[in-house]
Amino acid sequence: MKTTHDTAAHGGDVRLTGLGKTYGSFTAVHPLDLTVPEGSFFALLGASGCGKTTTLRMIAGLEEPTAGTVRLGDQDVTALPPYKRPVNTVFQSYALFPHLDIFENVAFGLRRRGIRSVKKQVGEMLELVQLGEQAHKKPHQLSGGQQQRVAVARALINHPKVLLLDEPLGALDLKLRRQMQLELKRIQTEVGITFVHVTHDQEEAMTMADTVAVMNGGRVEQLGPPSELYENPRTTFVANFLGTSNFIEADVDTRSGDDIVLKAGGGKLVLPSARNSGPTAAGGKVLLGVRPEKISLVPADDAGRIPEGRNRITGRISDSSYLGVSTQFVVDSPVCTAFEVYVQNIDRDHRLAPGAEVVLHWDPAHTFGLDAAQDADAGVETVGEEAV
Amino acid sequence: MATVTQSPPPAPAPAQAPRAKPPRKRGRRTPYLLLLPGLLWLFVFFALPVIYQASTSVQTGSLEDGYEVTWHFATYWDALSAYWPQFVRSVLYAASATVLCLVLGYPLAYLIAFRAGRWRNLIMILVIAPFFASFLIRTLAWKTILADSGPVVEILNALHVLDVTSWLGWTAGDRVLATPLAVVCGLTYNFLPFMVLPLYTSLERIDPRLHEAANDLYARPSTTFRRVTLPLSMPGVVSGTLLTFIPATGDYINADLLGSTDTRMIGNVIQTQFLRILDYPTAAALSFILMAAILFAVTVYIRKSGTEDLV
Amino acid sequence: MTFVNWLKRRLVVIAGLLTLGYLLLPVVVVAVFSFNKPKGRFNYEWQEFSTDAWRDPCGVSGLCGSLSLSLQIALWATLGATVLGTMIAFALVRYRFRARGAVNSLVFLPMAMPEVVMAASLLTLFLNMGVRLGFWTILIAHVMFCLSFVVVAVKARVMSMDPRLEQAAQDLYAGPAQTFLRVTLPIAAPGIAAGALLAFALSFDDFIITNFTSGSTVTFPMFVWGSAQRGTPVQINVVGTAMFVVAVLLVLVSMTVGNRRKRQKA
Repeated sequence: MKTTHDTAAHGGDVRLTGLGKTYGSFTAVHPLDLTVPEGSFFALLGASGCGKTTTLRMIAGLEEPTAGTVRLGDQDVTALPPYKRPVNTVFQSYALFPHLDIFENVAFGLRRRGIRSVKKQVGEMLELVQLGEQAHKKPHQLSGGQQQRVAVARALINHPKVLLLDEPLGALDLKLRRQMQLELKRIQTEVGITFVHVTHDQEEAMTMADTVAVMNGGRVEQLGPPSELYENPRTTFVANFLGTSNFIEADVDTRSGDDIVLKAGGGKLVLPSARNSGPTAAGGKVLLGVRPEKISLVPADDAGRIPEGRNRITGRISDSSYLGVSTQFVVDSPVCTAFEVYVQNIDRDHRLAPGAEVVLHWDPAHTFGLDAAQDADAGVETVGEEAV
Repeated sequence: MATVTQSPPPAPAPAQAPRAKPPRKRGRRTPYLLLLPGLLWLFVFFALPVIYQASTSVQTGSLEDGYEVTWHFATYWDALSAYWPQFVRSVLYAASATVLCLVLGYPLAYLIAFRAGRWRNLIMILVIAPFFASFLIRTLAWKTILADSGPVVEILNALHVLDVTSWLGWTAGDRVLATPLAVVCGLTYNFLPFMVLPLYTSLERIDPRLHEAANDLYARPSTTFRRVTLPLSMPGVVSGTLLTFIPATGDYINADLLGSTDTRMIGNVIQTQFLRILDYPTAAALSFILMAAILFAVTVYIRKSGTEDLV
Repeated sequence: MTFVNWLKRRLVVIAGLLTLGYLLLPVVVVAVFSFNKPKGRFNYEWQEFSTDAWRDPCGVSGLCGSLSLSLQIALWATLGATVLGTMIAFALVRYRFRARGAVNSLVFLPMAMPEVVMAASLLTLFLNMGVRLGFWTILIAHVMFCLSFVVVAVKARVMSMDPRLEQAAQDLYAGPAQTFLRVTLPIAAPGIAAGALLAFALSFDDFIITNFTSGSTVTFPMFVWGSAQRGTPVQINVVGTAMFVVAVLLVLVSMTVGNRRKRQKA
């Protein structure tokens, strides 16, 4: 697979400039500027209907953009049909040709480009995805995971400049999905091709991608490495779509050095100003956010032992569920109902039971601030959405 | 099928191509090229003859002197008043045959779809295979089966069934052959597969878990059938009914082979007028009335049953 | 009570099997009477067992000629209807174009019209154009009425086809022609085959339309019809039985071959 490095080396980046798509009066993708660096693993993350798949299909050439251009390195491919683009796709539910066996499926692209001796290459590719034995089976005789690997092999064998993956793991069960995430990451590292991956599964995006673009309503909400998106989300949508966030509505009180002091209920909370994307002037309304696993929980009796300089609020445990690795508490507090807290099960304190008065405290460095003008529940998965 | 390739991809635009023009056009002409030969065929050999037929029906003249369009609509009236019994008979026979097909065909389709197990394919073959043995020969076999001294007639006679059917006017005396019953029996036989196959297709699509769910929700087998199976199989019922009723109305073979002069259907009249008497205007008018009646009935039926996407 | 319950549970099965018996009874009669040695001209009453007809199936003048004519017409009509019908089906499923509704009705109407009406109309046209009735008029008519059935069969298959398969082919460097030949056509093949089979059966067995458009040409159904008026030779039953047996055998063989292939691959 070493040869692929040569192709990729000249390929350069995927550059989308003002790329947009409208269907009649409906805008699927607002004009979008995006650069995917060469050799990176890039994920487009969002709920169904957010425009991520349309964006991917415009890169593949399967959808005609209504505005903007698609460039691969120096080459403008906007006007090229899919079969002339050095780009290959792993389709949702794989789209393996049912009438061809695995070998012919994988050889399809090579044969169409007039390559005669495909046997060696196909063999090597099937070894890479560990399907050497299955070469002469038909797709329907393979398991979901195997079909998925055939789809990857069928695309990769063409040494594309960019590999596009459209919800490639969506049809697999949880365990297999985890396994395939690592597998895909391994293959990407091995071949060094740029991967653009579309998914609605935030865990999948975070596990695999170097860079994630969170899309919502046809726009990119935030773009960055997974840790950046998780630790410092800049919209409530991102904060809720990636993991869980607790929000406290607060007013800006004063600045002190690099920090902003906020008033919420009766107490004061500290927020590093570098982590605030909301208003900074005194009196401005800020949604103060903190992730459930950053919070420590102590019975009210032990409040005295909490170190200085930590944000703290009081409340009462309304619910707790034991999850093995951790225990998940729901705490009602005057500043926020249903505060979620995850506590590692290291030393379990039996006083932490529903009804107990508690103090929650966390390092201010883990706090993030958002503009309170937005919907605090944006991006929260509801049961209805999950069914889609 | 070479027309599919008629949309050559335009040469790739140079990198600095002006963005004003749309990226690429997929062959706009392709669908028309695909449609053209087939539709032309249908137009010339189906639509045009029907239009021609319409004009023939309002022509007058004779075979020797030729015909002329005189807008002689009286032909319609004359044809109707002369042959209305055959029209009524056709509709009655076809409707009876359709109902019989539904009653007989539903259990068979249900059996194949849900109860046949590993026999399913064999039964399917047995339903379809008679298609390949000429239907005329099979219809003639009914002459043997219903023969006057045959076992069927003897059994029916012994059970006094024929007394009842004679009284109803379905049979005549000790005979079944050359009576309405024989014609309807033949029609039912001939079009039964056209009922069974669509019924089977729509029944087969029903998830068996729906039956389990209905049973789980306190529905007795009969209720399950009425509330779940039957409504879900309606598309099959509708298309089966159409596929049976339409050809049965225009059929004249069963009436000819198994019936008598008293069971002549409208198809027999049209055939005789066209091929023997050579009265083209009357024959054309009769075909037109039949066609209009059927199209009207089909449209109303499809609207009523709410399955317009059927066609 | 137990017997009533037993009957109740198996009511559907019993009714279904009775219907199946009704469907098969004439075939059985045809087969049995192919071994008859009738006294008169008509083969409606059982006389004595004989294999004469089976040993000399072409013994009746005109029978085998009409049979081969019917086969020829059916083959050509199948070919024509399948090609034209497949093209229409693809256009209907895969493209958007104007007058779609009109096209749909033009395809649907021949199926919704009694054969006798179509036959009569076509005869009127042929007579007025002064065409000589015979092989070609029969063929034209058969292609016409088989076409719609092919369209329906192919359309169903193409509609259930995942459009992503063709996109995948395009993504893998297959141009429009290659995509069609390598992916679309092979996947649509079962639908096309079903349509062709249906067209063959319809054409081969057609009597009404042929009766109007054949002139003095005699196809096999026409031959049977004629003999029903003049006297039915036993050889007719031989042909009917043979066709039934061949059809069943062909299906059984193709099914076992298919099953075995599946098992080998698994």
